[in-house]
Amino acid sequence: MQVPTRCGNRRQEVWLALSAVTDPELDESVTALEFITALEVEDQKRVKVEFRLPTYWCAPNFAFLMASDLRDAVAELPWVEEVSVKLLDHFSADLINRGVALKQDFRDAFPGETDDDLTALRETFLGKAFEGRQELLLRQLLAAGYDPGWIAQVSLGELMRQPLDARGDGLRSLYAFMWRRIRPNAGEQDLAFTTVDGKPLEPSEFRTYLRKVSGVRRNQEFNGLICRGLLAARNAR
Amino acid sequence: MFTTKSGEQVFVIDSHTHLWDGSPANQKNIHGKQFIDCFYDYHHLGPDSYIWPKEKFERYSEEDYVKDVFEQGYADMAIFNPQYLGDFYHNGFSNLQRNEAFRKQHPDRIIANGFWDPRNEEAGLKQLEKDAKTYGWKGVKLYTAEWKGSSKGWKLSDPWAYRYLEKSQELGIKNMHVHKGPTIRPLNKDAFNVEDVDDAATSFPDLNFIVEHVGLPRLEDFCFIAAQEPNVYAGLAVVSALIHKRHHYFGEILGELLFWLGPDRILYGSDYAIWSPKWIVEELMSYELPEDVATETGQSLTLDVRRKIMGENAARLYSIDIAERCKELGLRTPTTSKTAKQEVAVA
Repeated sequence: MQVPTRCGNRRQEVWLALSAVTDPELDESVTALEFITALEVEDQKRVKVEFRLPTYWCAPNFAFLMASDLRDAVAELPWVEEVSVKLLDHFSADLINRGVALKQDFRDAFPGETDDDLTALRETFLGKAFEGRQELLLRQLLAAGYDPGWIAQVSLGELMRQPLDARGDGLRSLYAFMWRRIRPNAGEQDLAFTTVDGKPLEPSEFRTYLRKVSGVRRNQEFNGLICRGLLAARNAR
Repeated sequence: MFTTKSGEQVFVIDSHTHLWDGSPANQKNIHGKQFIDCFYDYHHLGPDSYIWPKEKFERYSEEDYVKDVFEQGYADMAIFNPQYLGDFYHNGFSNLQRNEAFRKQHPDRIIANGFWDPRNEEAGLKQLEKDAKTYGWKGVKLYTAEWKGSSKGWKLSDPWAYRYLEKSQELGIKNMHVHKGPTIRPLNKDAFNVEDVDDAATSFPDLNFIVEHVGLPRLEDFCFIAAQEPNVYAGLAVVSALIHKRHHYFGEILGELLFWLGPDRILYGSDYAIWSPKWIVEELMSYELPEDVATETGQSLTLDVRRKIMGENAARLYSIDIAERCKELGLRTPTTSKTAKQEVAVA
């Protein structure tokens, strides 16, 4: 589904809210990935969203995370009174849709299949998103002539003040967003580039570190390209 | 046999092929339909000119296989890595009897691997003994994401899997082709985790673990394990198909594999019939690593490296003497790579 342009502002508002939801594994917006297949606003207060993933087999834990994030993102709009989110054509669609409608915890939606909620899994993939975004920005900075010594000691505030080209600026915004998200208590004076656990980078081990985070970005890219390809083929069937 | 522009002959073993029946007549339920439909979507990641009609893709013939894999796909030999999927298909997605009948028609060219499932427990162990005798298996495909009743997958580190690995070793089945699909239990864990390969490879140093699709989407975990376990191999099925539409990205993956595993532990596979081998082999043989990848990893695709990936490595795992086999097949013997490993991988 493409960006709604005609049917009133509320659909656009919902679309904007949905676009903030990402596929945790791919670290890309569900709207950019074209997962959303239908969006309706009834009586200016009830919202219905339908979405479809690239395969019938996509991991149900990620599907559940996305479905509940979609619900919450829409529910945050002040005028929304009712949200329904429906996953289509998935082997666990019934359990997921029921769980999301009842605002169940993951444990309760899939009784007996798990002993925990999805917090740890979500944390893991937030960390991967941080590393993937960081790698793209680091490579961009290296190509623009910044050296590892500078990178290892620069603060976030100083990084934000650097004049970068359009691509660099875009990558920096994406990275800064994730930086603030996983480090809610940090400030502009703190190091811009650390490991996901907050450790400073060693300029002497910079190349090794870069290769490690490249691996993370490569996995995301693999998922992204396979998912886009499969979804296009699935929708064309 | 692939002949390079300069006239060099390269022996080709396609280490990952199938003969399947995903047709509606064989489908047990919606999952069977969704499974082959998903494969058909993967099929579309290849070049448009190689797309088959759906009906042919669901069930193609032995003649199609011979034409696509051996006549046009450059393979001198090919390996079946069958998936059973008994919960989805009446006669199995791949059928051992059908594979065996086909193998008997081309005994010098086809290696028909089997499979086992640790959830069959004691009865399955007995069946494995019987199968190993009947079919003379040298390898098995292990599909850890297979559904079975209420179970939605298993791990190589499960106690029963350990017993099956022990039994395989005892029966001389050395090559474990592990496919890591999304194993969804427990649901709060990462579904593509490859750590169980590490456990199994450490416990069974005399078995070879060929990780199909190189553990993607967990490539870094796979490389980390493979760098430490000399009996872990990279199967290029699926990855090789990226070469067409994602040229640079394919190079990044191959560069990583060459860096961490070296050229002796990477096996070419097409995953036929998801994709036709012809274009994959042609593109692989003319492919060069992108400059930035070559610089960063210090690797390059010399003719020797290509020979190993395309056939010599699989030949070593399956104790195939390439020169001898060429004689039997009436082919000119290719020169071997200068650094070809002479010893059999796990004797």
